[in-house]
Amino acid sequence: MTRILVLLAFLASALPAAAQDAFLDALPGLAGSFGAQAEAVERLGASGDPRALPVLRALSDGRLLRRDAALLLNGADAATGAPADAAGAEPVRINNRVRAALRGALGRLQLVSANPDERLAAADAVFRSRSAENIPGLEAAIARETVPRVRDRQALALAASRLVAADPGIKRQGIATLGEASSEDARALLLEARAANPELAAEIDAAVAAIDGRLAFKRAAETLFQGLSLGSVLLLAALGLAITFGVMGVINMAHGEFVMLGAYTTFVVQEALRGIPWLLPWSLPLSVPAAFLVAGLAGAALERGLIRHLYGRPLETLLMTFGVGMILQQAVRLAFGAQNREVLSPSWMQGTLSLPGGILITQNRLWVIVFSLLVLGLAFAAIRLTRFGLEMRAVVQNRRTAATMGIRTGRVDALTFAFGSGIAGMAGVALSQIDNVSPNLGTGYIIDSFMVVVFGGVGSLVGTLVGAMGLGVLNKVIEPWAGAVLAKVAVLVVIMLFIQRRPRGLFALRGRAAEA
Amino acid sequence: MTLTLTRRAALAGLGGALALPAIRPSFAQGAPIKVGVLHSLSGTMAISETALRDTVLMMVEWANSQGGVLGRRLEAVVVDPASNWPLFAEKARELLAVSKVDVTFGCWTSVSRKSVLPVFEELNGLLFYPVQYEGEEQSRNVFYTGAAPNQQAIPAVEYLMGKDGGEARRIALLGTDYVYPRTTNRILRAYLNSKGIADADIMEEYTPFGHSDWQGIVSRVKRFAGEGKRTAIVSTINGDANVPFYRELGNQGIKAEDIPCVAFSVGEEELAGIDTRPLVGHLAAWNYFMSVPGKPNDDFKAMWRAYIRNDRRVTNDPMEATYTGFRMWLQAVAKAGSTNVDPVREAMYGQKVMAPCGYEEEMRRNHHLTKPVMIGEVMENGQFNIVFKTPDAIPAENWSPFIPENASRRG
Repeated sequence: MTRILVLLAFLASALPAAAQDAFLDALPGLAGSFGAQAEAVERLGASGDPRALPVLRALSDGRLLRRDAALLLNGADAATGAPADAAGAEPVRINNRVRAALRGALGRLQLVSANPDERLAAADAVFRSRSAENIPGLEAAIARETVPRVRDRQALALAASRLVAADPGIKRQGIATLGEASSEDARALLLEARAANPELAAEIDAAVAAIDGRLAFKRAAETLFQGLSLGSVLLLAALGLAITFGVMGVINMAHGEFVMLGAYTTFVVQEALRGIPWLLPWSLPLSVPAAFLVAGLAGAALERGLIRHLYGRPLETLLMTFGVGMILQQAVRLAFGAQNREVLSPSWMQGTLSLPGGILITQNRLWVIVFSLLVLGLAFAAIRLTRFGLEMRAVVQNRRTAATMGIRTGRVDALTFAFGSGIAGMAGVALSQIDNVSPNLGTGYIIDSFMVVVFGGVGSLVGTLVGAMGLGVLNKVIEPWAGAVLAKVAVLVVIMLFIQRRPRGLFALRGRAAEA
Repeated sequence: MTLTLTRRAALAGLGGALALPAIRPSFAQGAPIKVGVLHSLSGTMAISETALRDTVLMMVEWANSQGGVLGRRLEAVVVDPASNWPLFAEKARELLAVSKVDVTFGCWTSVSRKSVLPVFEELNGLLFYPVQYEGEEQSRNVFYTGAAPNQQAIPAVEYLMGKDGGEARRIALLGTDYVYPRTTNRILRAYLNSKGIADADIMEEYTPFGHSDWQGIVSRVKRFAGEGKRTAIVSTINGDANVPFYRELGNQGIKAEDIPCVAFSVGEEELAGIDTRPLVGHLAAWNYFMSVPGKPNDDFKAMWRAYIRNDRRVTNDPMEATYTGFRMWLQAVAKAGSTNVDPVREAMYGQKVMAPCGYEEEMRRNHHLTKPVMIGEVMENGQFNIVFKTPDAIPAENWSPFIPENASRRG
């Protein structure tokens, strides 16, 4: 009798009517321990029940509430749909393990979503969930898919799922497809499978070797990009100095503080625009002229007030500007506090851009490179194409002759110094995106700036560009095998040796001005 | 000590002949007790240490509102060592020799503690050090109210290797280049080796203080993770270098579900300057989180907000350790009946305080506290979701069994 009952119960549980309640069976697990939650999420994902999707989404966004064992969603009981009062309920907390399970389950349920971006994200999620049960769903989805980029990702996800199938033939299909990918994730999956399937080691090794071949190019490209990115930061920091030190010969130790003023100007502009939501995303571009003006005016004041009394006395200039730098730092610290200020990144500067070949480029760094080249172009144009630039070059080449030609050399000095300082301020806008906006932001860049200017050749903007980019790439090439600390040391040693051989730097000025 | 200040003063004024008990002389008598505050208010560590200065000042104000201790007022002496390690030693000497402070609360980085240690030992001062650190130290002049490695680093790595933490079998150790990260990572490497993780599965990288260009390191971690074993990052990065580090993690799309990153020096205060949305699920191991439920923590938070007059300021673990240490010191001074270093030291042993973390913590003779271990995941609002905590406060092993040359030493 008992046997029959057990058999009946078994049959009943296998009936479709009972299977539909997989949703209700699994649901209470969401209120349990992290382990129980993860299991419940997986069961909900596998149920394919339409009621599961909103619950899982709510769980992932922290909108699913619980009071004791009852789960509430949008003011209703999640299981029965009956209205329930949410007072006293708390959000259901999840951890990484549950989050990973959620990603897989949501991916599975959203493979057939109407939105191609959701389908793409779903394919990526399924790719990482490592479950052979996804194969039929993926095959159906691929058959229906019309968007090529989504289909490519679905194919990869299918290959990843096949890798954990029971049948070695299906596994081989998965290995072959993954071997055509060029991503670290695919490589990781293959190596994971290699440990579990020693009999397939030869195929897997071949696939991994194929991926490695493509990754080598990708890594070289990424290292080059990182080097150029570091170079662009150095270029931005050094450009202003290339004018004040390179062209005018003023050793300005407060240069870093002008950069810092630019970064704080960015912060102030952002705070001022908080009241105008539609303008807020554009606060960064708006900060560029503001930072140029603030730092430029500070530079003009410094030149007119102090530096001009010390022309021809480099040691005193050095000490005096060092002191001014400390005063500026402390002033900012008193005005804004010692804590770092947060400058938001607009959404168009966040995340990564993927290029063909799987090369990933971070957006904020890309924009900094573009910006640094624009600033370089601006400086170059100002010096080469404007009357101010002409007068500036005349004063630098021969002050007395320029004065006899009617050029007001004092005014040109002030403008040149203000221009160099203003460019430092613009650099501060860009640095606010990749470094901390703190009173000592500038101190980290002053040594690097002098290094770039001296290495590139004093007085040469092209030298500054080549010097900055060269040092950036050199640093990033050395870094992987020497570490960040030693890479910096190695670069310094290279520069010291180079300056020994060529004291005038990469692009030495020739002619009478250089001899003076 | 429940009498209010005014009533106590009135009492003292009423009857000078009234003999109060020796431990409770009148408030007006005697010079104030001087409390030194040795935290960086500028430079790269200001992001973390400024809040600790405020915590000590809050405690001084609180103690005075309770009638001081031994009937004497407390007075804070604040100096700024400016994240400059040699300057820490100079400022410590100034506090002890010139200002003649009775006790000092200070230091965050281990390099600053190592810098002031000889000064405190030479002049027999008393330092309360409130931050988790690498251990391998036990000075009779220092009370360590933060965690030793067995109260933070090792349980955190254990969690990462467990089922809930993602079963990591490959660990990237990233740190700032100074004594704390290097020693902690040495302990962790020995621990991981003992758990069967080979050196090939451990990556170790150091960067200077204030490092801002993390692109290369983060992409190397990604590559390191592409070897077919679950990977996790253990970060001992200190100070404001964390901001660009987490920004780079977010920009390169490293999700906590794939490569979780557990940090030992990042708390609520450090997260306040970062957009935390891309960081949800990354972890921190501490002995206290602001999100700990319970009355002791509610009282602590209310006290802090009332003092700082800003509802958006957060509390964190080193602040809690400062608070606990300060209360213990007050109790010890009351018990010793003096602020002299030697009797206070004796009186410190065995002091117990119900700490805001919700556990009763005890000062052991090894100069370290018993502490619970908690692991939290970053939430979108910059707070931590506590996903693991030990049932009891556990005693510190300041001499790690994983450092062979010191393993036989016991406090």
